[in-house]
Amino acid sequence: MIAPDTSTPRAAYEVRVCAGSACVANGSLQIAQRFEEAIARNGLAGSVRVIKTGCHGLCARGPVVVVGPDGVFYPAVDLDAADRIIVSVLGDREPVEPLLFRESPGADSIARYADVPFNARQQRIVLRNCGVIDPESLDSAFAAGDYVALSTALATMTPEQVIEMVRDSGLRGRGGAGFSTGMKWQLARAAEGDLKYLCCNADEGDPGAFMDRAVLEGDPHAVLEGMALAAYAIGASEGYVYVRAEYPLAVKRLRKAIADAEARGLLGKDIMGSGFSYSVSIREGAGAFVCGEETALIASVEGRRGMPRPRPPFPTTSGLWNRPTCINNVETLANIPWIVANGAEAYAAIGTGNSKGTKVFALTGHVHYTGLVEVPMGLTVREMVHEIGGGSSSERPIKAVQIGGPSGGCLPASLFDTHIDYDALASVGAVVGSGGLVAVDKSTCMVEFARYFLAFTQDESCGKCVPCRIGTKRMLEIVTRITEGHGQPGDIETLERLGNLVRSTSLCALGGTAANPVLTTLKYFREEYEEHISEKKCRAHACGALSTYAVIPEKCKGCGVCKKNCPVNAISSVIKEQYTIDPDTCVKCGICEAKCPFDAIIRV
Amino acid sequence: MSECSCTSSQSPEFDATALEAILSSGSTVEGALVPILQASQDAYGYLPRPALEMIARSLRLPLAEVYGVATFYAQFHLEPRGKHIVRICHGTACHVRGATEITDVIVGELGVEVGSTSEDLSFTVESVACVGCCGLAPVVLIDGETHGGLSTQAARRIVSKLQREQTQ
Repeated sequence: MIAPDTSTPRAAYEVRVCAGSACVANGSLQIAQRFEEAIARNGLAGSVRVIKTGCHGLCARGPVVVVGPDGVFYPAVDLDAADRIIVSVLGDREPVEPLLFRESPGADSIARYADVPFNARQQRIVLRNCGVIDPESLDSAFAAGDYVALSTALATMTPEQVIEMVRDSGLRGRGGAGFSTGMKWQLARAAEGDLKYLCCNADEGDPGAFMDRAVLEGDPHAVLEGMALAAYAIGASEGYVYVRAEYPLAVKRLRKAIADAEARGLLGKDIMGSGFSYSVSIREGAGAFVCGEETALIASVEGRRGMPRPRPPFPTTSGLWNRPTCINNVETLANIPWIVANGAEAYAAIGTGNSKGTKVFALTGHVHYTGLVEVPMGLTVREMVHEIGGGSSSERPIKAVQIGGPSGGCLPASLFDTHIDYDALASVGAVVGSGGLVAVDKSTCMVEFARYFLAFTQDESCGKCVPCRIGTKRMLEIVTRITEGHGQPGDIETLERLGNLVRSTSLCALGGTAANPVLTTLKYFREEYEEHISEKKCRAHACGALSTYAVIPEKCKGCGVCKKNCPVNAISSVIKEQYTIDPDTCVKCGICEAKCPFDAIIRV
Repeated sequence: MSECSCTSSQSPEFDATALEAILSSGSTVEGALVPILQASQDAYGYLPRPALEMIARSLRLPLAEVYGVATFYAQFHLEPRGKHIVRICHGTACHVRGATEITDVIVGELGVEVGSTSEDLSFTVESVACVGCCGLAPVVLIDGETHGGLSTQAARRIVSKLQREQTQ
């Protein structure tokens, strides 16, 4: 019953066009169409096939096209490049040399995608099929091995054996908290109830993180198979995927995947004739970051305001409609089929002491190669930023990384030898979190950066508990004041005191971690705060109120837009000559900078 | 003294047909309120008060609870929105790559503040936390279409183009 449908034979030669969100935004669907038209025109639809895959990872060089069994990689493909590639594909199949990947112009080309430095340190378990299969085709998922683990487990393993295997693998929840997945399942299995729920938390809200999105868009069946295995293990018969409404493509592919799986008896009643039943529905989030917290998620699925509640009782005892509910993150669930297929030992052999397996990171910011990377736990920050990310994308050196989104911490370059695992990061005040990893260069002001994260969590605070609602508000006021040049002596100490208070007394993890960006920047970049407060200086020139504005003579075309828009007439000009800004009159509003059509006004 | 309006029922211009269909198909599901609000917003573009009142009656919930849920989530809008929706991503990657400057340019060009709609209902400008296209930062979504890797000049170009299309 689960054998691939053989009516469409597997094509001999595959052209994989990335149809992840970032590549689609860069026009990859038009590229795919160009290939398909050329193949049809030449009557080769039987022997060459275009596959629209999920994310390949290297979003910075999209649209990504990977061709043939060797995986020949063409970055940043446009329609002209597509035409040249198709000539090769339909002809001698030799790589089109000028279009291949190069680290810099003039450097040697690298033909295979797997050999690109960005991929060299990666190990793909969660993303095993992302960029390989057609996520909208169940047959394509079958061919890559999806649902084999489920069929094996249902036929040969007891639920207890599945739990034991996952516990022994050392897998910890990838949503942020890092709780042992096997232990969570044990609790859910032991809970009493006639109806249990197994839910997937796909409310990926951290700004700067898109791991879950990529998995849902690239291999939705892996998540569904993981859910079915988890449901079998704990004895659940119903479940929801709670997915962000901001991810329309993920919702669409997931919806199709559920329908396809149900039609083939892989979800729903009596799965694969085993007698085990489990049905999945989708609930779209409605734009509230706090709903990533599991008790808030439950409130939201129940149709209420998504506010967290105190625990215990934990959802594994009393969750959705007061029934035992186990909630696992997308990435956690996508690991499960691999663990069941390859065994606990194989998984536990990857990674470090208490951090087993791999972790997917969204590597972004001021590095050359931004994108999605999956690495064994335990790589250093330096390896991540410089080997995989290719170092700074500007002439300015990378000065810090922010790991773990708004709940995480900022680490300075002096700590770049820190290993990326749960314990090592915790020891320096950061967290693995959901896996956002943003590298920033010297143009980023760490005070303003901390203000950015705090503004986000403040805005997303649900308002239920006082420390989070009021504490983060007061902290934000102080940090904002500092970035605006009105910092006062004592502000740093107040921030530390408030931060620790908010951390220790908030109801849920949102408040409990909201102060982390401020506390870690205070710890590692204290001198930047001190400069803002006592010298009224921002070394990154990022804080408008602490900068002076100047015209770059080479760029100024003398159009006069700045002068016309200046509210205090601080800009003067001599006919046919450049414009100048009088620093004494200037109120540093930044309007001229925003209005200049030639980017000729900068902060100094 | 202002007149109490809490008993105001159907406003004359509110066409309830779409909402009736939504309620008849979806109100029996457990936890139906959020999906019903989502479907209603899809149908009407926003959530007019008469719609909230009908939903409250149909689900046997106090109007205050429906209003509470509708105002809790960022996705729901109680005011009409513009024909074109410009959403500026303020995810971390976009932030460090210049989302603030892009916002200044867009607000300046369109003359619409973030979080508001132009008087002629042409444009709504919003900021969003993260659209998950961080590899392309900074990113702006115009009517759902992603524009990535923007400079301030590129942002000015796409917004001017949008304005020209709107006035044509």
